[in-house]
Formats: sequence, C-alpha cells, structure tokens
Amino acid sequence: MKIKTLTLAAVVSVAMVGAAEARDQIRIVGSSTVFPFSTAVAEQFGKSTNFSTPVVESTGTGGGMKLFCAGIGEDHPDVTNASRRMKKSEFESCTKNGIDITEVKVGFDGIVLANSKSGADLDLSLEQLFVALAKEVPQDGKLVANPYTNWSQIDPSLPNLKIEVLGPPPTSGTRDAFIEIAMEGGCKTLAGAKDLELSGKACHAIREDGVFVEAGENDNLIVQKLEANPDAFGIFGFSFLDQNSDKVKGASIAGTAPEFEAIAAGEYPVSRSLFFYVKQQHVGVIPGIKEFVTAFTSDSAWGPDGYLVDKGLIPLPDADRAAMAKQAQGLQSLSM
Amino acid sequence: MTDIPANDATNDAEARTRTREAALIRKRYRAERRFRMYGLAAILAALGMLTVLLVSIVSAGLPAFTTTQIALDLNFDAGDIDPGGSRDPAKLASANYRGALLKSLRAEFPGSETRQGRRDALNMISNNVPFVMRDMVLADPFIIGTTQRVWVKSSADIDQLAKGSIDRTLPESDRRVDNRQLAWFEKLEREERIRTVFNSTFFTTADSREPEQAGILGAVIGSALTLIITLLLSFPVGVMAAVYLEEFAPKNRWTDLIEVNINNLAAVPSIVFGLLGLAVFLNFFGLPRSAPVVGGMVLALMTLPTIIIASRAALKAVPPSIREAALGMGASRLQTVTHHVLPLAMPGILTGTIIGMAQALGETAPLLMIGMVAFIVDVPGGFTDPATVLPVQIFLWADAPERAFVERTSAAIMVLLTFLIMMNLFAVLLRKKFERRW
Repeated sequence: MKIKTLTLAAVVSVAMVGAAEARDQIRIVGSSTVFPFSTAVAEQFGKSTNFSTPVVESTGTGGGMKLFCAGIGEDHPDVTNASRRMKKSEFESCTKNGIDITEVKVGFDGIVLANSKSGADLDLSLEQLFVALAKEVPQDGKLVANPYTNWSQIDPSLPNLKIEVLGPPPTSGTRDAFIEIAMEGGCKTLAGAKDLELSGKACHAIREDGVFVEAGENDNLIVQKLEANPDAFGIFGFSFLDQNSDKVKGASIAGTAPEFEAIAAGEYPVSRSLFFYVKQQHVGVIPGIKEFVTAFTSDSAWGPDGYLVDKGLIPLPDADRAAMAKQAQGLQSLSM
Repeated sequence: MTDIPANDATNDAEARTRTREAALIRKRYRAERRFRMYGLAAILAALGMLTVLLVSIVSAGLPAFTTTQIALDLNFDAGDIDPGGSRDPAKLASANYRGALLKSLRAEFPGSETRQGRRDALNMISNNVPFVMRDMVLADPFIIGTTQRVWVKSSADIDQLAKGSIDRTLPESDRRVDNRQLAWFEKLEREERIRTVFNSTFFTTADSREPEQAGILGAVIGSALTLIITLLLSFPVGVMAAVYLEEFAPKNRWTDLIEVNINNLAAVPSIVFGLLGLAVFLNFFGLPRSAPVVGGMVLALMTLPTIIIASRAALKAVPPSIREAALGMGASRLQTVTHHVLPLAMPGILTGTIIGMAQALGETAPLLMIGMVAFIVDVPGGFTDPATVLPVQIFLWADAPERAFVERTSAAIMVLLTFLIMMNLFAVLLRKKFERRW
C-alpha cells in the first residue's frame, strides 16, 4: 500500500506541475459546423510551421461562446468558432470580463433539403416549406394545427407523396439556422400570416405529429436513411450533399438548386455565414495566434481554390474576402 | 389398497384419476419444453443480433486496413527546392516542395495545365506528398535535381475508387471522381502503378482531417494514459473502502446510509461525473483541459462504485471460518485481512476492477465536459498533454462528412472491441485460475 500511496502522490503532483506549465498550443472551441474547416487549417498550420498543432474542440456555438467569454488567461480558449454571429448578450458577457474580440467571417454553409437519387424531384418555395413543416398554419383566417400530410395537398404541382422529413434535433446549430432562415423566411411572406401575428419567434415551432422526424446529430445517418427510403427528405449541411452526390440530391428552394456557385453567389436562400472569434488579449501570450489567423485567411486556405473548398466551405466573394482578411490580420476590434 | 374389494365404480374412478394425472404430467412436460424453447429462442435472438452487428462492423471496417498507393515520378527540381545550391538544412526544410510537386504532376498527368486540371491532379494524391518530399530531401540532399519513382499515398477519393466503393459507371456529376481523374487512374492501373498495401498509417498516426492520413495511435495512447490514472486512483481507494466497510466498519445507520449511496452512485448517469469534473477539477483546481489526468480522475469517480460493490461481494464470499481460524491463531484483525481475507478475495476484486476499467474505456459522455472531445493531431506524450480517447475518436469520425471516414469508423470500433474483449477475457481467465470454491 505504501508504494501505491507514493504513486498516488506522484500522480497528483505531476498534475499540479502540468497545470502550472505554460500552454504552447492554441485552443479552439465552438461550432461543430465550423469544426471540419477549423481542424483542416489547424492541421496544415501544425505541419507547415514550427508552432504546435492547435487543439480544436467541438462544443457547439453556444457552448463555445460560454467558454470563450469566461475570462482571460491560459485556462480559457483563444478562438471560438460559430455558425451564427455572436449575440449581443454574448458580446456583453465577453466585454464584462475585459475581453476584446476580433470577428472573422470565413464563408458560407448551405442547408439543403435532400432526398434519394431515386426519389422525386422537388422545387419548393420557402412558404411551401414553412407550410409543410410548421406546427400551426393559417387556414381560413384562423391558426390551425398543420393538416397537410401530402406534398400535393399544399400545392397540386408538387408530387403526390407523403410529407416525411428527417432533420436534426433542437440542440443542433443546423436546426437553429434552418428555423431562422427557412421557417422564419417562409412565414414572413406567407399570405395571411401577418394578420394572425405569425412572425418572428412565433414561426419557429416545428410540427410534432410524426411528419418531421428528429434523426439525431449525425448527418451521415440521415443520408443512410434517405437511401433506404426514397420518399423521405432530410435536412443537413451542404458538405454532406457534396460528399454523397451519388446517393442523394438536393431539392430546389425558390427555384434555385443547392449548388456551390448558387450558394456562393447568395442566390440559394437557405445559407448561413460561418465565423470565428479571436481573443485579442491572448495574441502574443499564446504563441502562433496571429500566424494562425493569417493561415486561415490566406487564399490557399479559404480562397476559391483553397483546400477548405474541398472540405465543403463556400468562400466569400473576392472583394469581401480581401477586406475580411485585412481586417482579421489587423486584429480589428469587434463592437456591437 | 389392500383388502378393499374392487368394484367397477372405484376402478373407473381410479382409471380416470390416472388418465388425468398422466395428462397433467404431459402438460407439465410440455410447459417445461416450451419454457426451454423460449430460453433457447432468446439466446438465438441475442446471438443473431450480435452476429449482424459484428458482420456489419467488420465488413464495413476491413477496407480501412488497406490503402492505395500510386507510383509517381517525383522531380526534385533544384530550382524549386534549393535555388541557391547551398544545401542548408534550414532552407531545405521550408523550400517550395509544392512547386516541385506541381511540376512533377504536370509531367505525369497530361491535361493538368489548366487550373481545374491542376486541382484534379492534386486531388489524385494525398496532400502530405510535399511533406514526404521534404523528409526525403532532408534525409538525403543528394536527390535534389534527380527524378525518383516513389510510391505515394493516393487521396481518399482515389482510394475509394480503387476499392470499388465509387461506381465508375455512374454519370460524372454523381461521382466524387471526375472523368479526367478516372482516365488518369485507369492509365496508371494499366501501367501497374497502383498498388494496395497494408495501411500502417492507421496504427502509427493520430487524427487527421484527411482520411488517408488519419490513424488511431493518438486515441489508443490517450485511452491508455487515461486508464492508468483511473486504475491508480480507483483501485486503491475502492479496495480500501470495501475492506473498511466489510471488515471493520460498525453496522449502524451511518454505514447503511453510505452503502445506499454507493449503490445509487453506481447508477448515476456518467455525464453527471463529467459536470462534476468540470466544476471541481477544471474550474476549482485549475487543471488543464483535454488532459488524460483529468479524464482519468473523472472516470475514476465513475468506476469507484463498481469496484467497491464488486470488492465487497468478493470479501463477503470469503467464508467466516477463515477469519475465525486466523483470529483463533492469534492474528490481529489487520493481519487477518491482509494475510488471509484479501488474498482470497483478490480474484473477485480484480475481475470487478477489470470490468470497471472496460466500462471506463468505452465512456465518452463525461469526457465531453472536460474537453477531451477534440481534434488532436499530436500523439500525447504525457498525462497533461491534450489527448482524446478511442470512443471519442469513433464519435468524431462517425460525424465527419468524408466518405472514407465511414470505413475508418468501423475499423476503430473493431480496435476498441478487441481491447474490450481482451480485458474481459483476462477477467474470465483470472477468475478461472484463482477462483476458490468452499
């Protein structure tokens, strides 16, 4: 038992020494949507420079913000990824802890509604998408529980198929973005919605009668389920459509197919911007942050021919990209 | 039955009873046979599901153990690599290998002069080729200016094509590999410049964003480091707690309360231990995030109840006669425990510990909170280096969009299952070898 006590003491003291040791690698937290891009840059950065490879955690956008804004010092992360812009409340909690932030917009991500290659082609307007998935829809001047079970009931031009949509659970950033862009967008222009005070947050409710199926966070799983059931549609990020183009196809929204060029040009309506945020107080304290930002914002990474495009990132337009790179590398402070 | 005159009525009644009894017995036998069939069916169903699971994992995972290589004539162009001709290692380390590679690709792949063609050509091979070239030059600077035929890793898409996971007959827009790349690939195939080899990368590197460069070594080492801490903390504490509770503690309301609590702790969802770890180890003690030492401490908390319960059961199974004999011979209670009871209970204690460790090996939820669900390229070298563990690696790969990660996910599951089976087998062998029956 004596030896074990000694080992125990040794382990604990090693742990304490480790904690006191300075951190030499960048720590990145945040969105699982930005994770594939952030990790790709981190790996290239580690390989091509003398800095340690940054450690990237996938905590979700909200979780990342919480960690990022908790304070200054090496116990706290240096960079957080986000699949939406930082909220005012998050910015305030950061400012309260004395943190100055640089915001970098890295590109776009499209959210697609896709089905199996062998399934029907679909071209929906945002309003039709809202009517198909909302919990309550306006009918004859009243708000009623969603009565539609077939696409053709919504509009005769749509296929006579049961509405069956697999999507991410409420914890997912993809779901948040889908609700904010597609559901809110469709509801805004829907005839008769305004009179029933159906706008903003009121449009966020998704039906719970089994038509919309929560299929879990794993987008690969949704792709597999679509392959097995040609009548079902799934909601996921563009990169999964891109990687599985032999199995699934994307439905057109408002007449635009979810294709690389259309999303990059901002024509495809359901797309969101991706960001990362840098803690300015850590620049110069943790080695390599400035160089990492430069690596991320170089054209060989996020440009139209960069390696991030192969990972599914949709780059910013040329002019925006140049301006953003300048702003990022100059570590301009964010104000809200 | 003696001396009673038999008459027809009683005979009839007796015969009826007998047939009724026989029918009852047959019914009982039938019920027993049915019961056995149900049991057998349950086992067959369980085995069937296990087989389906294993077959699907193994069939999906096996391709990950091989990888495709392409023989390329790499031109180590002196103009790109060492324009000054100084052979200075510092300069050679940061030279323009990408430029040299692009020149080689232009010679290898006709039609790769355009921008799209260059991208296609680069996407044929793994993006670590410039680093391979750098390492070759640093090892032997004399190859500068020469052309060498080197077997380089293909890109993950080409690897999938070679393994037949990409259907060549599909229209071009539905394939990850376009017609130009397919034509190049088929030409290389005809020239026998494509080969399939054992994927040693999978066992010698840590995570990577490129499927063909990704490996599980980082996760295996991370798991090992974490489990060492877990074992060092939970085994002594667990056994001491069990010995005290079983051999020394007075039986009163307090020990009852402790016992109930330990049993309850064993059923607490593991994520709760993660939250505890975040609050206590990271926020209060300021230990580093993503470190195996913290992971090990959290998992130790989680396995403690399992070990205590198993150890108490093992101690309880040692017959009181052993204790009484030792005490009768004049041994103190400490001597009784350390010389007799504990050694006899050890096989059971170790079995419980190994099963607790196996449980800890498969755990991800508590590690999420302390930052071990992370992308880590460097293989951890110590207890405070950032690390991840095997089940987390599986989770991360299962979520990755690249198709080639699907087979790697299954392959990593196979590795994890191998470790689990080995640990459980060890527990069984230990029990078989040292178990005593009284």
